[in-house]
Amino acid sequence: MSLAAETTARPAEEFRVTRSRRNVAWTGAAALIVVVVLALFPYYVNSGTTSIMVQAFTVLTMASMWNLLAGYAGLVSVGQQAFVGLGAYFVLILALHGTSPFAALPVAAIGCGVVALPLWWLVSRLRSGYFAIATWVLAATIMLIIEKFSSIGGGTGMPLPGLSGFSPALLTAYTYWAGLAVTVLALAAIYLLLRGRLGLVLTAIRDDEVAARSSGARVGLARLLVFVVAGAGCGAAGAVLAISQLQVQPGAVFSVQWTAEMAFATIIGGLGTIEGPILGTVVYMVLQQTLASYNAWYLIILGLVAILVALFARRGLWGLVDEHLNVRLFPVGFWLRITGTAGRSGAMKAD
Amino acid sequence: MAWVNAIIQGVLTGGLYALFACGLSLMFGVMKVVNLAHGDLAVVAGYVAIGVIAVTHIPVLWSFLIVVPVMALLGYVLQRTIIQSALDRSVLTTLIVTFGLSVVIENGLLQFFTANSRAIGTGLALVSGSFRLGSHIQIGYLLVVVFAVAVVVLLGLQYFLSASKYGRLIRAVADDKEAAQLAGADYRHVFGIAAALAFGTVALAGIAYGMYSQLSPTTGTDTILLFAFAAVVIGGLGSLWGTLLGGVVLGVAQQIGAQINISDEVLAGYIVFLAVLVLRPQGLITRRAQS
Repeated sequence: MSLAAETTARPAEEFRVTRSRRNVAWTGAAALIVVVVLALFPYYVNSGTTSIMVQAFTVLTMASMWNLLAGYAGLVSVGQQAFVGLGAYFVLILALHGTSPFAALPVAAIGCGVVALPLWWLVSRLRSGYFAIATWVLAATIMLIIEKFSSIGGGTGMPLPGLSGFSPALLTAYTYWAGLAVTVLALAAIYLLLRGRLGLVLTAIRDDEVAARSSGARVGLARLLVFVVAGAGCGAAGAVLAISQLQVQPGAVFSVQWTAEMAFATIIGGLGTIEGPILGTVVYMVLQQTLASYNAWYLIILGLVAILVALFARRGLWGLVDEHLNVRLFPVGFWLRITGTAGRSGAMKAD
Repeated sequence: MAWVNAIIQGVLTGGLYALFACGLSLMFGVMKVVNLAHGDLAVVAGYVAIGVIAVTHIPVLWSFLIVVPVMALLGYVLQRTIIQSALDRSVLTTLIVTFGLSVVIENGLLQFFTANSRAIGTGLALVSGSFRLGSHIQIGYLLVVVFAVAVVVLLGLQYFLSASKYGRLIRAVADDKEAAQLAGADYRHVFGIAAALAFGTVALAGIAYGMYSQLSPTTGTDTILLFAFAAVVIGGLGSLWGTLLGGVVLGVAQQIGAQINISDEVLAGYIVFLAVLVLRPQGLITRRAQS
């Protein structure tokens, strides 16, 4: 009997397509608990720890956005520092006009998303490697333009006003919660986007762009949407950065180092999975904290590890975890489960 | 007169930018690799030249004879090892790997040689000397020589690719590497040769820039890579002469910008780059010639 006949001979209810092998409710509950525990941090850890955590939140937000770009939409941007810098400057400009920096944070994120539209129009003319350098040139250009305005600090930058009303403890806690909120929202947004139509279109593009186009997938629109979301996310991270550093310096916020950090964290953790950047951020923070007194060494080591991972373990650390434990914390793909009485119970993954 | 001077200086610096750009263009044309570490490798070449001169006390110009072959060899080795194995995986991997290399090299230089900028000090009349045209225009010998070198390198590359046996092999592999492989060409070796050529031009560019201006660990990205890329896009992807034209347009735009406001030199160049991207995304010269 042919395989096709065997398959059609089975009753339809023997197949089930699910998002996950285990119950999503459990991981959802676990995620909620983690967020609640993290939210309580300012009450029982010192401000040194929370400032490290804020740094981790910004790296995680940026890495997740870079992962969305490179891992799902195939867009390698080396110019995401444009949005980090713009986010910081949005907060600075609004704060100079009397808005609280915390209230300015969501405006900065939306502003960066809006700015991403004309920038996409410029860089989308170029593909792969040339797209990468074009985004880099754009980031350099935006920095040079911003440095021309002496009212926002010119080339040297300026301290962020509007935070002197807070007591140090309250400021630390608010900054921490802002960082946490940005990260949770960023991860939730990416998770929901990838579970929806966009995720399907992006998967189709990744598998075969020409086939996706000819089946009517709106490839350009999907990439535009990803670029805008990543712009807004990196902008939000830049806003948190400005608030946590209490100053905005063009050379620092527009540094290509941000893109290096987000890219390396993503690649080491695992490109193309939501869990990858989380794991990568942990690795990044551990390296950065242990090598903090050795200047640039953490970036050198991160870069070398990223090269090795890209060449020899393409799915990153999360890929290794997944291979052995077969788990998905954020299931965005599909599993085909055969639950029939024929005794062949197994699962096929498509993600 | 100041404007004429700006344009002449711009055209001449354009030669330097074309020298930055031709290796980038060549590697993309043949292997479809955009080498994000391109500029940092030029800085490495400059630093090696400084080291060689300091240790051996040879005349500056002799350092080219050592550094260019060394960098070409490095190019062959890098291409045959990590760049090729990245290429075997995906284009995305080549970008990740070359970006990783760029960050590692830049921070390595920062770590070992500090952030101080250094010039390839020479004391040669060639480097510091200049001649005058009228009372306002002063032209440095070095820039004229660099421009001439750029033209010679581009002519040489053009001739090599179109007329020599190896050039034909490179073009064949660039067109269809599987077909070339079937016809008996070892495309990996050919890629290595192309990378060696590209790295040789990178070494020339790095040393020339070190003599013309100053090298620091960040010069590789914020000047060499980005200017090289702007020159390639302005001129038109995949055309060697377009690269020279792109370099010249970028150089002139920068000098005119500097004439308006000294701090706008770099910005003016990028604005012309963006204008070309909007108005004529295929570049000033449409693709033909190599590859």
